Amino acid sequence: MAFESLSERLQGVFKKLRGKGKLTEKDIKEAMREVKVALLEADVNFKVVKDFINSVTEKALGQEVMESLTPAQQVIKIVHEELIKLMGSVESRLNLGSKVPAVIMMVGLQGSGKTTACGKLANLLKKQGKNPLLVACDTVRPAAIKQLQVLGANINVPVFTMGDKVDTADIAKASIDYAKSHNVDVVIIDTAGRLHIDDELMEELVRIKEAVHPDEILLVADAMTGQDAVNVASSFNERLDITGVILTKLDGDTRGGAALSIKAVTQKPIKYVGIGEKLGDIEPFYPDRMASRILGMGDVLTLIEKAQAAIDEKKALEMGQKILSKQFTLEDFLEQLRSLKNMGPLDQLLAMIPGVNKSVLKNVEVSEKDLKRIEAIILSMTKEERQNPSIINGSRKRRIARGSGTTIQEVNNLLKQFEETKKMMKRFADIDKDLKRGKLRLPFLQ
Amino acid sequence: MLNFLQKFKENLTAKLNEVLSFGKKVDEELFEELEEALILADVGVDTTYKIIQSLKQKTKEEKIFEASKVRKLLAQEIYEILQKDVEPFVLTSPMVILIVGVNGVGKTTTIGKLAHLYKKQGKSVMMVAADTFRAAAIDQLEVWAKRVNCPIIKHQEGSDPASVVFDGLQSAKARGIDVVICDTAGRLHNKKNLMEELRKIRKVIDREYSEARVETFLVLDATTGQNALQQAKIFKEVADITGIILTKLDGTAKGGIVIAIKEELNLPIRYIGIGEGMEDLQAFDAKSFVSAIFQ
Repeated sequence: MAFESLSERLQGVFKKLRGKGKLTEKDIKEAMREVKVALLEADVNFKVVKDFINSVTEKALGQEVMESLTPAQQVIKIVHEELIKLMGSVESRLNLGSKVPAVIMMVGLQGSGKTTACGKLANLLKKQGKNPLLVACDTVRPAAIKQLQVLGANINVPVFTMGDKVDTADIAKASIDYAKSHNVDVVIIDTAGRLHIDDELMEELVRIKEAVHPDEILLVADAMTGQDAVNVASSFNERLDITGVILTKLDGDTRGGAALSIKAVTQKPIKYVGIGEKLGDIEPFYPDRMASRILGMGDVLTLIEKAQAAIDEKKALEMGQKILSKQFTLEDFLEQLRSLKNMGPLDQLLAMIPGVNKSVLKNVEVSEKDLKRIEAIILSMTKEERQNPSIINGSRKRRIARGSGTTIQEVNNLLKQFEETKKMMKRFADIDKDLKRGKLRLPFLQ
Repeated sequence: MLNFLQKFKENLTAKLNEVLSFGKKVDEELFEELEEALILADVGVDTTYKIIQSLKQKTKEEKIFEASKVRKLLAQEIYEILQKDVEPFVLTSPMVILIVGVNGVGKTTTIGKLAHLYKKQGKSVMMVAADTFRAAAIDQLEVWAKRVNCPIIKHQEGSDPASVVFDGLQSAKARGIDVVICDTAGRLHNKKNLMEELRKIRKVIDREYSEARVETFLVLDATTGQNALQQAKIFKEVADITGIILTKLDGTAKGGIVIAIKEELNLPIRYIGIGEGMEDLQAFDAKSFVSAIFQ
């Protein structure tokens, strides 16, 4: 099936591997064929895939693997390590240098999400106590300046513009002077989207670069990009010597093979990922987590971090324990829902838990609107009902539905969803138990 | 279409020519090279395998032992995929065109170009600014409306898009407009609530303007990889897509994904976008598409 995610695909491959005691050369070759197809379907560039497969096969065919006790785990480990290696083994932050103001320049194709990324980055820097300035150097796209102004107003960050008739290098230069006299410490320059083969427009970027000597030149790239990602990334890199990449639209269901391709051809780090349309929807890129996620090992670290940002640490710990101890009631569910609202879409969070695949998620898909409804339903229950949902019979359901302004079906749905969640929690807890017993079902979950 | 086709030809055929050059034998290696060429053009693994399988069978049946002849077969194969069950697009009046797609594919720009094209064909055109979400999207469409010189119906940013569409349709009916083109906010196809919003817009159009023919065009970015298939699939379910507009073909993206989309979802490609200018939109024609590649 073409639409399986890379993670699911690889999980399928490794299930086959797990089922066997010892690996033969043939097994590895077969597994690698599947890995190859999976990576291609995830839009990793053909040549990058070829290199990757060769490198992994070579390592998997080595002595160490053949003689090791759990060859399957070894192969998974090698694939995992190679994925991390390909995406950069160290996480990379913004490098703003020592001069004031620091200058960040954003470049990319049309529609990759530069303007939105500018707003997100400004928002992020502001939260870190910086005083950023947005500079409108997209004088091509109609209303691009207005868009940046609206974003700036939303996050209370000033926007520097000289209209769309002035040379962009001059605008950029003037913005630096403005920044110096207005106590601004980071300047973020938005540029017009352009094709990497458009010589004239690429030259314009070079002139902006020469005018302001940016500390960071970030290529904004759409995570859904196909085979062409390598051409785009390498062209921008050759002309501008970019310092990093922001990968956008990762909240879609693309597996983001472009991340692998871009990293492989530019050797520049992916610094941030865009994960939604809101200005807070940006997070650092963690190559190791991305690799784990691709391999279906979940993203527990991100989950925990998100929980910590949204609720305090103690509560996060309690929640974690409740998840693990299986004593999960509707009351906990409600309490979590409230903090979840600050953490991001539920399905995204669940997707970070290892062992949860998409088919399970389909049954628990919850939108933000649904969250409000669920809250109302749970609040219409008695304390007893919340702790022991099994006592909820027909007449109780009718009462709850009336009380929450919903229907009996919705109440039923919630209870079903709750059961699904519980089941998942149970699986999660079982994994934990296995871990304690030393039975590593997920070899890299530490 | 020439510019794009030439580029497509240069890009893809350079590879294919190399692969299918005269004197080469038809062997496993040849098919592997063909496979690589197709995958690099974003045709996708499944469709590529299908095409290769069919080529293998045909070369066997027809006893073709020479690589250059496989080229003709491949052209035939792709043409058949693109042309199968496609009825030509006819501009009727009244017509409502709903433009949908994920973020940043070029919906608003495409609407500007479409409006220009239809006006040139003597139709009266109206734009409806139903992207009420993205900052300054309405302003962007307004700039296009001025350029093309056509009326535009808009509300405030953040208002209900379905009600903008409702107003637009009423106004179009009253003024006897031939073609109404509705812009919508970019939405990722896996955002359930946003897709429901789109479903609602689609419903409003069917209900309020039943005498008009409705076309829903999905705008796809040619640089997008296999995810475009998923986009097409889900948008088709929600908004009853009737055609595809492929944008940004002026880059180095090969746009081979259209072959996969046609093969798997049977959605015809209607237009291609090849630049930022008003004229940079052309009707898609499978015949010249293929013949330009394989002449």
